[in-house]
Amino acid sequence: MPEQEAVGQQGSPAREVGDFLHRRREQIAQRWADETLFRAVFTVSRDEAVEAGRAVVDALAQVAVSGRAADPEAGGFLVVREQLARMGAARTRTGLTPSQVSNDVDALRPPVLDLLLADLPDAPADLLRESSNLLTVLMGTLRVLVLETALDEGQALIDRQRLQLLEVATPVIKLWDGIVAVPLIGMLDSARSQVVMETLLEAVVEQQARYAILDITGVPTVDSLVAQHLMKTVAAARLMGAECVVSGIRPAIAQTIVHLGLDLGTVVTRATLADALAHALRKLGSDIVTPSAGGMGER
Amino acid sequence: MTAGFSRPAAGHVPVLRLGDVLLVTLQGDLYDSMAEQLLQDLGEAIAGNRATGVVINVSGVEIVDSFLGRILAEIAAKARLLAAETVMAGMRPAVAITMVELGLTLPGLRTALTTEDALRLLGETDPVLRPGGTRPGSP
Repeated sequence: MPEQEAVGQQGSPAREVGDFLHRRREQIAQRWADETLFRAVFTVSRDEAVEAGRAVVDALAQVAVSGRAADPEAGGFLVVREQLARMGAARTRTGLTPSQVSNDVDALRPPVLDLLLADLPDAPADLLRESSNLLTVLMGTLRVLVLETALDEGQALIDRQRLQLLEVATPVIKLWDGIVAVPLIGMLDSARSQVVMETLLEAVVEQQARYAILDITGVPTVDSLVAQHLMKTVAAARLMGAECVVSGIRPAIAQTIVHLGLDLGTVVTRATLADALAHALRKLGSDIVTPSAGGMGER
Repeated sequence: MTAGFSRPAAGHVPVLRLGDVLLVTLQGDLYDSMAEQLLQDLGEAIAGNRATGVVINVSGVEIVDSFLGRILAEIAAKARLLAAETVMAGMRPAVAITMVELGLTLPGLRTALTTEDALRLLGETDPVLRPGGTRPGSP
């Protein structure tokens, strides 16, 4: 077992660094507790920061002895992964960029290195160099780990917000008995269009709506895909027995649609939501009468 | 079709007559043979009863395939040749989405939310059937 020998041998860099980390565990943890990374995450008590520091040092020692210093998946790191994730996530949430977080973690390296050099004054130059190299690699791996979790946190945030956007951005509003409207705001992609279609059709059944208004005033651009989705929604609503009215097509969008050569011929369109509502009301048999013109002003 | 498996009573979809309108309610899984039988039955019923309208209630249908979509379109075309108008009522949202994705928009078929709406729709186009004589929008 040559590998076992190499890592277990007295005087090997791995063993040396592992021993050093065990020996100086308390001092390193104390020093780290004063660094920005720990200070910023454990704001409540310093003891907590020291405790977390000890756990990380233990993990580093275990990884150093196991000889997998460059491997973020090494067994020792698994124990502190959650802790590191918490730290990385906390830093990211405060709005730091990945490189700033990286610098924070890097600041943990000099104190340990200083301690190591002070600890081995009589060691041969070769061993000293290799040991400090190993320690640097170890700290680099730690940095990768923290960054990884920090980026994961960012991705999770994006996913969460996308989901929220899907839910929030497609309300179906009942405008009148038998008339529902969906004001569309922001860019439409296929996922959102699908949600819009489903919620609108559900609302048509629920409210027994004979008219559904799709208002696209808040949609910045319409491409052929979006137009196709609109057509599909209109067709599906028609199959269910409701008439769809598309309103709020801005001049620029109208021009785009014409340029793209899209045929919206079968779709009823109105300039504004108000026009669409008036159209639907008229079709439902309720005329809109202004008091002066209709002679209904007297009471 | 093997004789041992065919059940004549279950092979027909009932066609109800309400005045001049024929009402068909589709429910659950509609097998292809039943759909074809319905196409034939309806043709005869329209001719025999001098019906002016056909209402197909599909609110009980949860799955629709391209074949059923085509049958519905054919019913509409056939009824029109026999001077009757077809209205489809009560399609579910999921079914409507599937139909659109399949490219079956059934352009020749009129649609309504419920059977009641469908009957009203037929009444509006046919002055004799109009209930109460009050047309929406008239003074």
